[in-house]
Amino acid sequence: MTTAPRLYRKPISTFWWLRRRSYFVFVLRELSSVFVAWFVVYLLFLVTAVSSGTAEYERFLNWSAGPWVLALNAITLVFVLLHAVTWFNLAPRAIVVRVRSWRVPPVLILALHYLLWGLLSAIVLWVVLR
Amino acid sequence: MTAFHNVVIVGGGGAGLRAAIAIAETNPRLSVAIVSKVYPMRSHTVSAEGGAAAVAGGDDSLDEHAYDTVSGSDWLSDQDAVEAFVAEAPRELLRLEHWGCPWSRGPDGRIAVRAFGGMKKKRTWFAADKTGFHLLHTLFQTSLSYQDIARYDEWFATTLLVDDGRVCGVVAIELATGRVETILASAVIVCTGGCGRVYPFTTNANIKTGDGMALAYQAGAPLKDMEFVQYHPTGLPFTGILITEATRAEGGWLLNKDGYRYLQDYDLGKPSPEPVMRSMELGPRDRLSQAFVHELEKGRTVDTPNGPIVYLDLRHLGADLIDTKLPFVRELCSKYQNIDPVRELIPVRPVVHYMMGGIHTDIHGATPLEGLYAAGEVACVSINGANRLGSNSLPELLVFGARAGRAAAEYVTSTGSGPISAVLAKGRAEEGRLERELARHVDGAERIADIRAEMQETMENGAGIYRDEDSLGKAADKLRELRDRFGKASIDDHSRTFNTDLVAALELSCMLDVAESIVACALRRDESRGAHQRTDFPARDDREFLAHSMIHREPDGTGRVSYLPVTITRWPPGERVYGR
Amino acid sequence: MVDRITLQVARYRPDQETEPVLQSYEVPLRKEWAVLDGLNYIKDQLDGTLSYRWSCRMGICGSCGMTINGEPQLSCATFLTDYAPGPVRVEPLRNFPVIRDLVVEIDDFMRKLTKVKPWLIREEDEPLEDGEYLQTPSEMDDYRKYSMCINCMLCYSACPVYALDPEFIGPAAIALAQRYNLDSRDEGAEDRRDVLASAEGVWACTFVGECSTACPKGVDPAGAIQRYKLTAATRSLKDFLLPWRAR
Repeated sequence: MTTAPRLYRKPISTFWWLRRRSYFVFVLRELSSVFVAWFVVYLLFLVTAVSSGTAEYERFLNWSAGPWVLALNAITLVFVLLHAVTWFNLAPRAIVVRVRSWRVPPVLILALHYLLWGLLSAIVLWVVLR
Repeated sequence: MTAFHNVVIVGGGGAGLRAAIAIAETNPRLSVAIVSKVYPMRSHTVSAEGGAAAVAGGDDSLDEHAYDTVSGSDWLSDQDAVEAFVAEAPRELLRLEHWGCPWSRGPDGRIAVRAFGGMKKKRTWFAADKTGFHLLHTLFQTSLSYQDIARYDEWFATTLLVDDGRVCGVVAIELATGRVETILASAVIVCTGGCGRVYPFTTNANIKTGDGMALAYQAGAPLKDMEFVQYHPTGLPFTGILITEATRAEGGWLLNKDGYRYLQDYDLGKPSPEPVMRSMELGPRDRLSQAFVHELEKGRTVDTPNGPIVYLDLRHLGADLIDTKLPFVRELCSKYQNIDPVRELIPVRPVVHYMMGGIHTDIHGATPLEGLYAAGEVACVSINGANRLGSNSLPELLVFGARAGRAAAEYVTSTGSGPISAVLAKGRAEEGRLERELARHVDGAERIADIRAEMQETMENGAGIYRDEDSLGKAADKLRELRDRFGKASIDDHSRTFNTDLVAALELSCMLDVAESIVACALRRDESRGAHQRTDFPARDDREFLAHSMIHREPDGTGRVSYLPVTITRWPPGERVYGR
Repeated sequence: MVDRITLQVARYRPDQETEPVLQSYEVPLRKEWAVLDGLNYIKDQLDGTLSYRWSCRMGICGSCGMTINGEPQLSCATFLTDYAPGPVRVEPLRNFPVIRDLVVEIDDFMRKLTKVKPWLIREEDEPLEDGEYLQTPSEMDDYRKYSMCINCMLCYSACPVYALDPEFIGPAAIALAQRYNLDSRDEGAEDRRDVLASAEGVWACTFVGECSTACPKGVDPAGAIQRYKLTAATRSLKDFLLPWRAR
């Protein structure tokens, strides 16, 4: 009679994500969502400040100009850009479009993303500068 | 430990899976089990590349496919079997399509066909150049939808249990644990494939060690036509990796060291820029491999560190065609030979590829041993006779896998099972034998690998493309010596857990059985026919040898050769004509 | 001229060791030799107790997946010269329980493969007499890539989600489900939905993408999974907005 063999299961290290460059970049990408969330919160602060009158708005601008908030927002900008670029790059893998029997080339899907981004940014800029 | 199934299928490749599905469909109440030493998707069916032949309509006919097969076999195939085969092949391939097999298509969405060696018309269905891969995965995945098909994955069947002239099961080892179990069955279907690893240069995978042939032979079933070993003309020089015949079907040329299409010197037709059916590079495999040997003797092959080679030229086909129809070939050449066939010549040489011989069966897959069936390369029905045409093997798996499955199912439902106490005792005896094998330590013993290497060298020298009485006699003596030495060899590994050393020893024992029967049958056949070429008997002798060699195991372990006449129905023996 | 190279091979014999240990072997360094040839040399000439799986040696059977110098590879498709001067670390495929030496247990994958129903599902089978189901070459292009999977499981080995959450259905299984979902002859997408659109199906995937990097056959399982996320999400939305359509 034989008993079942003792299987070996290798334990996963807590720092598994430091072992490979691709894993590390992946974790950074995921982390960028936190910074995107901060930008949303910041935007809400801005909207609240604007709707609360000029004084409130001035106070908000002063606060934003402070070194910590500035630094935080700078880092956040970097992460938001990382977020957008990595997700845009991945989008063509998920969006496969066929027109009759012709497959839309992935680079076109990518280009459309950037185009839309550029367009929306232009509109927002125009609204802000008016 | 004992289990029981109505039908046990040994081997989980194309034939085994098809047989299991056939049983599950015709009689779902029967319990079916597949016992395989590897997971089914690893079976060697997976490496087949070129295609599967079946009459697809148009100006083709069953008679023509049959005639091509019969003449390709040098008239050694049983014509009743061939007629049944060509008639059922189209339905089987279509059934595969209905199960999802991604056959390559024409622009209209219909299944495409291409030319292949020895075929007068285009009738080879293909799935790019990975036909076997797609066929196997389609079959395996379809088999998953039948919950009643039990599987013993990575179980090595070591012996067939026979009681009172009837097969009643197998004894098998579970590789992961070393557990030995008796699996009782009312019928056993052997689908273990070929035995290319008996030779040193082969397209075959490591697992192709003739296990099923040895199992049946040891149990008392006869092996048939063992001397007919097919060398595929185009294998890569070091690895032996197959470069499919489809390269030639699409227009590839074979060139010697002077860049000359040498096949024109060997009564295979005249060269033309486009491929011509049944001519030149589209001739039958045995003739092409033999031509290589002649070129070698004339000093017109190229010497390389890995032996003599000739060149396969695909450069004129263009990158587009190669990437659409032969992408896997391009990948293999790039990876294993560091060349790009679009721009460079591929070095190739003949390598052992297929075993025409095998376990003797009738056209339903039944062997003379009651309760034992066989299908696929392990069996010899025979539809391939002395030489198999390319793309006939895959449909053979399906047609005869299904036939054997149905025949076994019918047999099981019409007969009950016998008393099991005698069988259980035999099972326990085998279990004891395996335990002793596992535990055996012999100091200073020979390695299994060394004996295996010597056996392979002996076979290549003694029973290669060309043989004679002298070379075969020497081979027979050497094999006897190796059998002795194997009896005194021992394994390094005595663990119970996944002991591949023990597996290698079991496989070597099977290979020695198969090698001995190849040589014994080759010695007795005093003629040249198809893949069996005797330099001392260069002509075909239909008077004496229009018959199959049958080899039975005698109680003292030697083989007794006898002859069984070939079944001729509509095509009396004629001249094999290619290129004219 | 250096003509030898060291292989450090993980050995695990359950009756002798509690965890794998590396054992060094020196093998010839030949330019045509794959890592597999090195392992065969060890087994045939140096140490017959080394256990590993292999069969076709041409990258089509999927048996020989291992971790070589930290990367999931087919040992028949990586060459010793790529690692010269060495040493080359050969370990079993990560994320699977090790049975012995370089042999891992793949039962989990086999179960998951069956769960996704990887076979052609149709309302009604047309009779064979009517011929083949028509499928144009461009319809075949839709799923061709996903049909190339050799079940080698390098993708499971590369996937950190599978490492941390063994319940995840996994890249190959989902890619194979997609192979049928996108096959124009198949009508079984609904039958596969429950398993694929579950928490352990596509939604467990966070698109690390390492599976597609590791895949030796260009199957792109990551792409298959993300596409299904889109399919499942659109489907759920349609069901929500137009519930009468779902019936």
